[in-house]
Amino acid sequence: MMRRLLSVFHARNLEFLRDRGTLIFSLLLPVMLVVGMGFVFGGPPRPLFKVAVLGAAVEAHTHPFLAERYVQFVPLANESEALRKLTHQQVDLLVDFAGGTRYWVNTDSPKGYVVERLLLAAEPGARRQPVTGKAVRYIDWLFPGILGMNMMFSCLFGVGYVVLRYRKSGFLKRLHATPLTAFEFLSAQVLSRLSLILFVTLVLYLGIGTIIGFHSAGNPLLLALLAVLGALSMIALGLTIAARFSSDEVVGGLLNVLTWPMMLLSGIWFSLEGSPRWVQWVAHIFPLTHLLDAARAVMLDGAGPAQIAPNLLYLAATTLVFLGFGAWSFRWRID
Amino acid sequence: MPPRPVSPALLEVRDLVKRYPATTAVDGVSFSVPEGICFGLLGPNGAGKTTTVEVMEGILPPTAGEVRFRGEPLGVRFREEAGILFQKTALQDFLTVRQCVALFRGLYAHGLEVDEVLRICALEKLAQREARKLSGGQQQRLLLGIALVNDPAVLFLDEPTTGLDPQARRNFWELVQSIKARRKTIILTTHYMEEAELLCDDIAIMDRGRIIAQGPPRRLLSEHFAEVLLELPRQDFPEAARSLPLKLFDTSDRVEITTHDLEGTLRSLLAAHVPLTHLRIRPPNLEDLFLELTGKELRP
Repeated sequence: MMRRLLSVFHARNLEFLRDRGTLIFSLLLPVMLVVGMGFVFGGPPRPLFKVAVLGAAVEAHTHPFLAERYVQFVPLANESEALRKLTHQQVDLLVDFAGGTRYWVNTDSPKGYVVERLLLAAEPGARRQPVTGKAVRYIDWLFPGILGMNMMFSCLFGVGYVVLRYRKSGFLKRLHATPLTAFEFLSAQVLSRLSLILFVTLVLYLGIGTIIGFHSAGNPLLLALLAVLGALSMIALGLTIAARFSSDEVVGGLLNVLTWPMMLLSGIWFSLEGSPRWVQWVAHIFPLTHLLDAARAVMLDGAGPAQIAPNLLYLAATTLVFLGFGAWSFRWRID
Repeated sequence: MPPRPVSPALLEVRDLVKRYPATTAVDGVSFSVPEGICFGLLGPNGAGKTTTVEVMEGILPPTAGEVRFRGEPLGVRFREEAGILFQKTALQDFLTVRQCVALFRGLYAHGLEVDEVLRICALEKLAQREARKLSGGQQQRLLLGIALVNDPAVLFLDEPTTGLDPQARRNFWELVQSIKARRKTIILTTHYMEEAELLCDDIAIMDRGRIIAQGPPRRLLSEHFAEVLLELPRQDFPEAARSLPLKLFDTSDRVEITTHDLEGTLRSLLAAHVPLTHLRIRPPNLEDLFLELTGKELRP
């Protein structure tokens, strides 16, 4: 079985490496995207202070500080989440008015310094708790998104169209006349695409990371495991679509139906925090959302295995479900 | 009860039926193929040859009936021992001839060395060329090589020379003859009667999903034709001569006369003042048999 699997795996790798156009394109697109996005979004942040208030809602009349102009007050119920934002300088100050005013300030943040003066003017006795942490630039936040998006396209279209092309050309039918099984064929495709994607992602990670000066806060091995599971889940998803159909239009349509919502809702470009609950619910169906949530947690916050375990489990489970469905519905030939 | 006799047939097709929603492609076909012969499946386009062969290859499931290989239903053993050349097969882009052969060799437990396959199919000089850059004849030789990688007991060739130029076709026939000499069993479908006459030991002629004649080519010819064929150019054949009691058939430029009594026919033609300068007399061939059996009218 391994011998047959490796034969198909090797042949598919050769085919890809000889196809220079596809190879170059799969490296060039994400680089262009990051450069473009960095250019568009990389400017200085807007001069508005943002203060997080612990609690479910902010009512301006309850405290004089809440009446300050040019300060945006956002309610945040979760203290650890609010502190994380403060550490990343996504908010400039965190205040808790419950039972004597307490506040947290990021001592690395110039805006934090200014807005702290405003608070102390309104309530001189407020208790201070300092935190530190560098600002997370938009480009740092975007970086995992771009890597994930590139992975998604490569997995879905790369696998989907290759299998469709094999089926239409009769190559699959010819393979079917040999002792090769559907499981062996699909596994070879998954492994070939997986090695390719991991290689490309590593090149991009090191290359773009160097250009934009990115340093991951988390364990690189955990990140590698996450990349493997994320890629597997999306390759398997691509195979479920390519498993059965023989029409370019149907396969192309289905791939677009999948990729566009993922593009918009998986949090590649902007965070989904604050979006309606149903949007977040829908977003968490997609493997890409879980991949990006976990990747950002590891890369930006240095999260460990326990914190991203639910994401890892989701990716592993969807891989099995998609692969099982793909093998079950697989067609060697055009009906 | 006496034990059932062991069938000497390598492949046996029993009461095979293949129906599609709109049509019945194969309608109750039975035959058996002994080991070591070249068996030809002939018929016009749409007769059901390819469908029959693809069910025999285990590619299509039959609606009814069965195919047995060495007395057993088709299974893993059959896949290991069968070599197949489909009517149309694309290979992976960008792979060289050698890599294509190596890929398929890797799918079988036993077989020939890649170099041996390249030698048999005269592909040594093309080994490093990308498969997509081969000519039609070279490509067919590569696909034949791929069908031979597992040193198959039975080789299926589905219209292998369709679309090849006459020289490439002759080359391919020579290759098949050299494979025949290695005592391989070959199942060949074709609509070239010359190909069937040259290569096949036994043929079945199919039409509209059924077998309408089966046997060795010579026996079929002698069974169906105790006659000879006379051919005359159309312009040499006067209208008045059409009233003669002769079995006539018009082709585009000739008139064919089929007869048991050559002398009598010649006498009556002379009496009707038909000029015989361009007369040709020949024994009937498979093509005549084919047309006789499947009808000569144009099909919709």
